[in-house]
Amino acid sequence: MKKKTSSKERTHNASNAHVSDFKTKTKSAYEAKNGLNQEVIHQISEQKNEPQWMRDMRFRSYQIFIEKPLPRWGGDLSALDFDSLSYYVRPQGQRETAWEDVPKEIKETFEKLGVPEAERKFLAGTGAQFDSEVIYHSLAESLEKKGVIFMATDEALQKHPVLFKKYFGTIIPPEDNKFAALNTAVWSGGTFLYIPKGVHVDLPLQAYFRINRENMGQFERTLIIAEEGSSVHYVEGCTAPTYTTNSLHSAVVEIIVKEGARVQYTTVQNWSNNVYNLVTKRAVAYKNAEMMWLDCNLGSKLTMKYPAIYLRGEGARGEIQSLALSGNGQHQDAGAKVIHCAPNTHSTIMARSISKNGGRSSYRGLVRVLRGAVGSTSRVVCHALLLDGKSISDTYPLTDVREQKSSIAHEASVTKISDDQLFYLSSRGLSEDEAASAIVNGFASPIVKKLPMEYGLELNRLLAMQISERKK
Amino acid sequence: MNKKNRKRNHTLLIKNFSVSTNGTSIVKDVSLTVKSGELHVIMGPNGSGKSTLLNALMGNPKYHIQSGSIKIDSTVLTNLSSDIRAKNGLFLGFQYPVEIPGATLGSVLRMAKNAIEKSVHPQAPALAPAEFSRELKRILSSLGMKEDLYSHAMNEGFSGGEKKKSEIVQMLALQPKFALLDEIDSGLDIDALGTIAKAIQEAVQVHGIGVVLVTHYTRILKYLEPDRVHVLANGKIVASGTRVLAEDIEVHGYGGYVSV
Repeated sequence: MKKKTSSKERTHNASNAHVSDFKTKTKSAYEAKNGLNQEVIHQISEQKNEPQWMRDMRFRSYQIFIEKPLPRWGGDLSALDFDSLSYYVRPQGQRETAWEDVPKEIKETFEKLGVPEAERKFLAGTGAQFDSEVIYHSLAESLEKKGVIFMATDEALQKHPVLFKKYFGTIIPPEDNKFAALNTAVWSGGTFLYIPKGVHVDLPLQAYFRINRENMGQFERTLIIAEEGSSVHYVEGCTAPTYTTNSLHSAVVEIIVKEGARVQYTTVQNWSNNVYNLVTKRAVAYKNAEMMWLDCNLGSKLTMKYPAIYLRGEGARGEIQSLALSGNGQHQDAGAKVIHCAPNTHSTIMARSISKNGGRSSYRGLVRVLRGAVGSTSRVVCHALLLDGKSISDTYPLTDVREQKSSIAHEASVTKISDDQLFYLSSRGLSEDEAASAIVNGFASPIVKKLPMEYGLELNRLLAMQISERKK
Repeated sequence: MNKKNRKRNHTLLIKNFSVSTNGTSIVKDVSLTVKSGELHVIMGPNGSGKSTLLNALMGNPKYHIQSGSIKIDSTVLTNLSSDIRAKNGLFLGFQYPVEIPGATLGSVLRMAKNAIEKSVHPQAPALAPAEFSRELKRILSSLGMKEDLYSHAMNEGFSGGEKKKSEIVQMLALQPKFALLDEIDSGLDIDALGTIAKAIQEAVQVHGIGVVLVTHYTRILKYLEPDRVHVLANGKIVASGTRVLAEDIEVHGYGGYVSV
């Protein structure tokens, strides 16, 4: 599996991408035949040289996967054919990318990285090969000094087995849902991130830096543990359209935020429109901890993703900000889930969606306040923007409150670009496209503001480009 | 004592202009000539078509131009879209300025100014953000507005008076050849009225902007020195004169001008 984004491809609208444009550079050392069976799982575990407990867990999860039915709600999964997919490819050698193919916002963040001068000279410049290993190692070294562990999940299983086993599968067990079971059976790649007590990682850590051998895998498994009083911001993805022949991406992300710690997890996803993006993401926040999910879904044929936060400790705070963009042939079925399990916990969910060219954006959310979660507050705000009469927005908000001494608020709106706004901006000299861009970017700005600056700039550009192509 | 700005010498020519909406004729055969540095005031009772006139001049798609023409110098604007009219030097100060959530005053105006500049001088480089921001903040504070409104969403949460001031700020930032101001005085307190009137007078006399100001009340005329005053009734210009005309309306109302 290889991700390749050339600057020429980047100018294409994701929904017009041709899967045949995708090229592979490396030949795979082992390629599983299509379809999933015990043999495939055995091979995966064997190739990775895993301990018995992990192998057993994979087999157990496979059984659960077979037995669990597909969800009857959400998007249309009827065309998903498990037997036609390939479940594991082991890439050979190191992954190299031409500098010009590195997504712009990633390149710009190198400035902030403080990579040693010599390496930067090697990395920068036309024609130079960008080797993510080099950047990753240099970063990993400086983090290691603080006791931070930042490596591929596969590697963490080998190098930190005790820590790994303590937390793996504890937040999202394979029984959780069919896709969590699938992921637990065939997972490969993903990030393992451990932040020791009181350590604050100031720079956002990017998934891109950690990618060495494994690529943006289809079954990534990420595990983040933030010890008491620590903080970290992890960022994955990019705004540039990401092409892949793998049509099923089913990742699992588990996050533990211990007392007084703070974790932000930012995702910007723009998968090509042949992809089913079915993700289970969940964080548990303990006493006075803070968890924020910032989720931007720009691509894929169908995304089903509901970042969740269980507020288990008193005073814990959770925030889920999401932005969904749906174009022709796309369905973003995304949302949020918060469960208030303890007193004085607070949550905020802000979901914004933009639908155009017949695309469909659905908000699916749950706010549950358990008995005893006294003094809890929750606020849900959903805003949908429809750019034409063919596009769809729907909302499925569920509120389940079992504690009287709590306060829940929900507000929602559906709007279109108003003629008055267009005329007002046009009377200032903005062309129709410029005016629509200003309105759409203005609509998205509350969440774009929270992204790392380089991502924000690229996202604004992407939205402007999508607007100018909206009639196509 | 209206000094014409010697640097600017443009003409806005409105000829036999008739406008309808939903099949109903609202503006009937209006003709008007405005030059750089002139201040024209159009007064009239409610429903006379003042707002429709200005909106249609700016190219609001809600209104259908039945006949007539608009020209700035030799350029015919009659069937052009409103952004092209803006690029040719026309500006409209809205009666009800529209809110654009999330889009800041600074970013929108900079985009607008760049668009207008580029259409006049295609090779011109984009405006330096820092310089533009300084200039816009200076204009904001000259109207008694907080400088940080630069980073504030356009008109969002603005009071009525602030919204009107924001129209004047935009006019001063964009420096159009001609500005159409639609009831810029409505809903203003005495202080705001004085500030805005002063800014309009300066725009006319110092910057040479030709202004067509539409109003229902005579109040603002106490602060202005119009070159011409016109009365619009039932969609037609029924009288033109000097400020004496306005003084007459103040005393006698519109009765004498509106045919039943």
